Amino acid sequence: MAILEVKGVNKRFGGLAALSDVNLSVQESTVHAIIGPNGAGKSTLLNCLVGKLMPDSGSVMFDNQSVLGRKPHEINQMGISRVFQTPEIFGDLTVLENIMIPCFARRDGAFRMHAFEQFANETELIDKSDAILSDVSMTDQRDAHAASLSRGDKRRLEMAMCLVQEPRLLLLDEPTAGMARADTNNTIDLLKEINGKRDITMVIIEHDMHVVFSLAERITVLAQGTPLVEDTPDNIKGNPKVQEAYLGESQN
Amino acid sequence: MLGLNNKDTSLFLVIIVLTILAPVLLNPFPTESTLAQFNAGYPDLMQKFVVFGIFAIGFNILFGLTGYLSFGHAAFLGVGSYSAVWIYKLFTYNVIPALILAVIVSGIFAVLIGYVSLRRSGIYFSILTLAFAQMSFALAYSVLSNPKFNLTNGETGLQIYANDLQLFHREGLPDFPHLFGLSMVSTYKLGVGPWEFQLNVAYYFCAIMMILAFYFAIRLFRSPFGMMLRAIKSNQQRLNYTGLNSRPYMLAAFVVSGMYAGLAGGLLAVTDPLAGAERMQWTASGEVVLMTILGGTGTLIGPVLGAGFIKYFENIFSKINDQVLHQWFTFLPDGIEDVLVAIVHPFIGKGWHLTLGILFMLVVIFLPGGLVEGGQRIARLLRRLSNRDKAADATNVSAE
Ligand SMILES: Nc1ncnc2c1ncn2[C@@H]1O[C@H](COP(=O)(O)OP(=O)(O)OP(=O)(O)O)[C@@H](O)[C@H]1O
Ligand SMILES: [Mg+2]
Repeated sequence: MAILEVKGVNKRFGGLAALSDVNLSVQESTVHAIIGPNGAGKSTLLNCLVGKLMPDSGSVMFDNQSVLGRKPHEINQMGISRVFQTPEIFGDLTVLENIMIPCFARRDGAFRMHAFEQFANETELIDKSDAILSDVSMTDQRDAHAASLSRGDKRRLEMAMCLVQEPRLLLLDEPTAGMARADTNNTIDLLKEINGKRDITMVIIEHDMHVVFSLAERITVLAQGTPLVEDTPDNIKGNPKVQEAYLGESQN
Repeated sequence: MLGLNNKDTSLFLVIIVLTILAPVLLNPFPTESTLAQFNAGYPDLMQKFVVFGIFAIGFNILFGLTGYLSFGHAAFLGVGSYSAVWIYKLFTYNVIPALILAVIVSGIFAVLIGYVSLRRSGIYFSILTLAFAQMSFALAYSVLSNPKFNLTNGETGLQIYANDLQLFHREGLPDFPHLFGLSMVSTYKLGVGPWEFQLNVAYYFCAIMMILAFYFAIRLFRSPFGMMLRAIKSNQQRLNYTGLNSRPYMLAAFVVSGMYAGLAGGLLAVTDPLAGAERMQWTASGEVVLMTILGGTGTLIGPVLGAGFIKYFENIFSKINDQVLHQWFTFLPDGIEDVLVAIVHPFIGKGWHLTLGILFMLVVIFLPGGLVEGGQRIARLLRRLSNRDKAADATNVSAE
């Protein structure tokens, strides 16, 4: 069953057609990769899914409900979490607090006036956060200021913030960019495990083909705002059109 | 204790002890000494410390936690004062109903102003709050004060007249704000040798209010709600994409902060049953911004320190005049004395704002964390010095 169904989405920025007639169907419990050269419109597509941008036309259905016109927090509450291309974290807060906040969002909904409760008493949520911290092997940095983390660690933190929400759909915009090889491999393992064990559907945008081919079950190639092909990794590898559009362009 | 961790409990206890002992601690100079003019332990000034302390604590809940800079918080202060005085006029001089109404009405105002202003952030939010405050000022100063409908008594200010209704006022009750008969002006004068300490009812009443306000602020800072507000300051976008609606969180913070201001305004009318429009002017809004930044934005104790600092120096510097200066410099040759007095003259008396401006600049440039940061630096320095002493001792010992 398709958990995410994008149909005929168009988005223009002035004269630039960032997305033109994009169709995308993501099956539940799969890892679906979107690849394409810089400026192909990959991030723009994600922006249309999470309520950051409103497409000019088309429809976006998540679990048979339209997400268009909903506010970002409502879309998240439907079960969609996103890791951004440039890490978006709470730099002034500690790593643990960064993870606690999505925990509250998941448990209490979009707003709750918990002004007289004590943060330190939320042992259940703290345990949950500690567990996810050890999953992304960041236990050592638990009490560090998030702003002081390395770029790769910020990404892992952001991923943990999304994972702790146990979303139904996880959108990852270049999750391994700026990571060392070893960390990249750890991330691949983590994502594989999450997809298998926790049954989270993933849409992953990635330039690193090693990551793409290790994880993805379906791949959509986007070029100049239009989907070129959608197929299995094996078929994509041998597709001359992809070689030309994607690999050809990314080399210059 | 009381749901506070150890560090907060000690801070809270220190605040309680300091406010209780303030009439003594702030009066270090004997009454007859020439330094007595630097004493701060008299009721009028101490009341200002705690009342503006409350105002600044509340302002800091909004500005310190969320980073939203309201430039119109004095509107709530004024609304609080007017509400309290109306209770006096219509019903009773008892301060409890007056304060309750002050907090409720300022809360309602905060909901309305916050709902509109929070549609924007950053500088636009500040400008919107400023505009609302100036509108409230104009309403109070002229619009709501005409013969047919006189809510604010315009320029004169709202005060109590002999023919006011005062429905529940009885024979035997003080003709001044009181707490179930205990008049707010009563002062017990405690003489100890050459010192005289003034223990004033209104001061202690306001001090208890500040202690409560401080306690609530600590709880709020340490609650999940407080963390959400910090998250808004840090990255509001992220918060929204994390499934939290920042709007109601902001509005709640704004309203709580406005109610603190309303309580402070009500307390101003407890110490003096009068409400004037100038309390709502933009300069008053600016003052609480200065207090918070000067003391230490986002810290618990900072706003209280900042309020005390500004009110103390306002009082001291505005009291010093040329005559006093001549007295100080009298030991110098006449010519030099006159020159010195001429140089210092613009910074004292009415010119004390100049001094405040310079102090503010110095703090912002050298101590961006405010007085709290200053204190932390001194503590660190002392620790380092004592460590060095210990280290020196150790090497001496090993050398022997
Ligand atoms: N908010 C915006 N306003 C104007 N133009 C935009 C905006 N966002 C994206 N664009 C443009 O739309 C095109 C697609 O951008 P997008 O960020 O989606 O590309 P991408 O595929 O994610 O590229 P990359 O691999 O570099 O991240 C680019 O030409 C970009 O300059
Ligand atoms: Mg991108």
